Amino acid sequence: MINFQPTEEQQLIRDTVASFAREQVRLVAREADESGTIPETLIQQAWELGLVQSTIPEVFGGTGEKPSAITGALVCEELGWGDLSIALLLLAPWLITQPVTILGTEEQQRQVLPTYTGQEFTAGTAAVMEPRFGFAINALATIATGQNGGFVLNGAKCFVPLAADARHILVYARSDDGLSAFIVPQGTPGLTIVEREKNMGLKAVATYELALNNCLVPLAAQIHGDFSPLLNRSRVAMAALAVGVARAASEYARDYAKERHAFGTAIAQKQAIAFMLAEMAIEIDATRLLTWEAAWKIDQGQVATREACLAKNYAANMVLKVTDNAVQILGGHGYIRDHLVELWLRNGRGFATFEGLAMV
Amino acid sequence: MIDFSLSPETENMRTMIHMMAESTMRPISREYDEREHEKPMDWFTMMWNATKGMISLGNEEKKATIGKKKPSERNLRTVVMTEELSWGDAGLYLSIPNAGLGGAAVSAAGTPEQRERFLTRFNEGEPKWGAMAITEPGCGSDSAAITTTAVRDGDHWVLNGAKIFCTSGLMAAEKSEGFVVVWATVDKSAGRAGIKAFIVDHHTPGMTVAKVENKLGIRASDTAMLIFEDCRILLDNILGSPEVKQSTEGFKGVMATFDATRPIVASIAIGVGRAAVDFVQEVFVKEGITIRYDTPPSQLTTRERDFMEMEANLQAARLLTWRAAWMMDHGMHNNLEASMAKAKAGLAVTQVTQKAVELLGPLGYSRKLLLEKWMRDAKINDIFEGTQQINLLIVARRILGYSSQELS
Repeated sequence: MINFQPTEEQQLIRDTVASFAREQVRLVAREADESGTIPETLIQQAWELGLVQSTIPEVFGGTGEKPSAITGALVCEELGWGDLSIALLLLAPWLITQPVTILGTEEQQRQVLPTYTGQEFTAGTAAVMEPRFGFAINALATIATGQNGGFVLNGAKCFVPLAADARHILVYARSDDGLSAFIVPQGTPGLTIVEREKNMGLKAVATYELALNNCLVPLAAQIHGDFSPLLNRSRVAMAALAVGVARAASEYARDYAKERHAFGTAIAQKQAIAFMLAEMAIEIDATRLLTWEAAWKIDQGQVATREACLAKNYAANMVLKVTDNAVQILGGHGYIRDHLVELWLRNGRGFATFEGLAMV
Repeated sequence: MIDFSLSPETENMRTMIHMMAESTMRPISREYDEREHEKPMDWFTMMWNATKGMISLGNEEKKATIGKKKPSERNLRTVVMTEELSWGDAGLYLSIPNAGLGGAAVSAAGTPEQRERFLTRFNEGEPKWGAMAITEPGCGSDSAAITTTAVRDGDHWVLNGAKIFCTSGLMAAEKSEGFVVVWATVDKSAGRAGIKAFIVDHHTPGMTVAKVENKLGIRASDTAMLIFEDCRILLDNILGSPEVKQSTEGFKGVMATFDATRPIVASIAIGVGRAAVDFVQEVFVKEGITIRYDTPPSQLTTRERDFMEMEANLQAARLLTWRAAWMMDHGMHNNLEASMAKAKAGLAVTQVTQKAVELLGPLGYSRKLLLEKWMRDAKINDIFEGTQQINLLIVARRILGYSSQELS
């Protein structure tokens, strides 16, 4: 029966992550973007919240919560509100733990999951996107060929968060069975971390290009099955992160518009500005509800591809419009790097491109 | 727990209403668009018998929902049913004999005696209509500027003034044993605080229907101009206290009616929009056009992009509307959320139906199909029950914490 209220437990998680985002993440967002590094202490504090460990089964050292897409969406929105780059870093281990937990064999789970239940932040990641025109997840150019009782991976990947430090990289590739993912441990011969990328946004989190040249992995490295639920989890995560970024920008612009005076009143008292803020608020709520609906369908075990794709595309358009409006409301000041709105616009632009950068 | 499923009862009702809309409204939809001002009397009787006491806003519950402890599904069910009926035909939906917006006001602000006197009639006898008269030739959204006066004279109030754009005004005032709720000022100098709502029974001397408008769309529904000339009504026919307080609480009370009705009006919009989306989808299926949802936006065809945008916009409006209704059912104040839903739905359905006409090309523009009608019907949703802009203003005030003086 229709209900728009998270459970008490979900609300507790949401509140905890929200205060962490407000008191820790947001404060270092600018400095992290300028320097290209995220403070170790912050990463460690976030790890101690247990977001990654909580969804790993108890037998492998986690706390065994069933991965809920709705809970994940709540977490993503709050972290995205704090800072998108930092959110992507903190959630990167989910890119390996969630697929292995949901689709992996017991052996794969034993091999991978305990790595991410320790006392210290441990990087894990996935390689989904490819640096080429016309990239699409359902038509990958990275190929896995069966050979000598294993697979040989060939191709190029980009936008791989934390690739240089990750213990495992989940490489998505096209095989004879269609879309597959392969667990590739760091240091596997044939896997080359090419270079740290330089992008318009996401400057704080290290993302890399990868080259796979005859990279040989055993048969047991292959995760196969129906990937659409996992891809939909990723779409929900991206949509929820976009809602967080947009909410950050709209709140900032709202507060600025109440402070900034022109022609004798606060600019927020002018309809031209007030209406922009109202539309931003409506679109943010609308996108959140579309995202929750897709997440709910996933949690119900229903096919959610249509809902997840609609939510993700809607979110990508929305966050661009909202962050652009935020820069516009601040006027010239919005263009200066003293304010965060330009950072949110740069980060927000990426959502139409991003695929598989986070997963709930 | 977050949940997007309707209860089995609501789902059943939805299926039932949808079948009724498809089998009884669609077949006469074009006819009563072309023959504006003619009434489908047989259909009215059928709807009256099938739905009396069910669809109208005011009959079945004796108390306003706000502040009530026990959650219900009443408002949610109303918006779900309204969507189905408006999917059938928004003009016909608006003309269904029931207590309507006037009933909503009596239900929300009336005394038990008033509810008994004016609402029970909607459960018996011949088809009846209730209506609400707010707008005047000189004021619309700025309802505090109302000039219609109510002057006390012994045991009566005497109303004088002109009202326009009164939905079902003709049927409520002259063609049935209905009533009209009329907004008037008892003290012009008091501004908003002086605005009160009065119940004027059908055929009350001094109330005349001066004109029935010709419209762009929703032509099956009559939109009347009512003139009040020394129209005398009983003292007991005022909704709420006659006292003019310094504060604007009374006015706010009347305005609160909109928190309940805006989600309903938003669901009219959604019904019209869904009619268009469903139709385009049927044509796509027939033409072998598939929507590749999981393809990156940069690689979608224009048709796919447009269609996905229509679907998402409509669903976004629907979820905002369901949220606003759900909040009412749970006794939460939904002023912000009701306006969000209405602003989004009105705009979304205007865009969705206009795009649908474009996607179908010459077929979309032709009166042989209903698409062009839906586009005309859709536009009213961006205007009535608070224009898009008025709803944006309300949203803006709420998120900025401004009063109507601070942001006007």
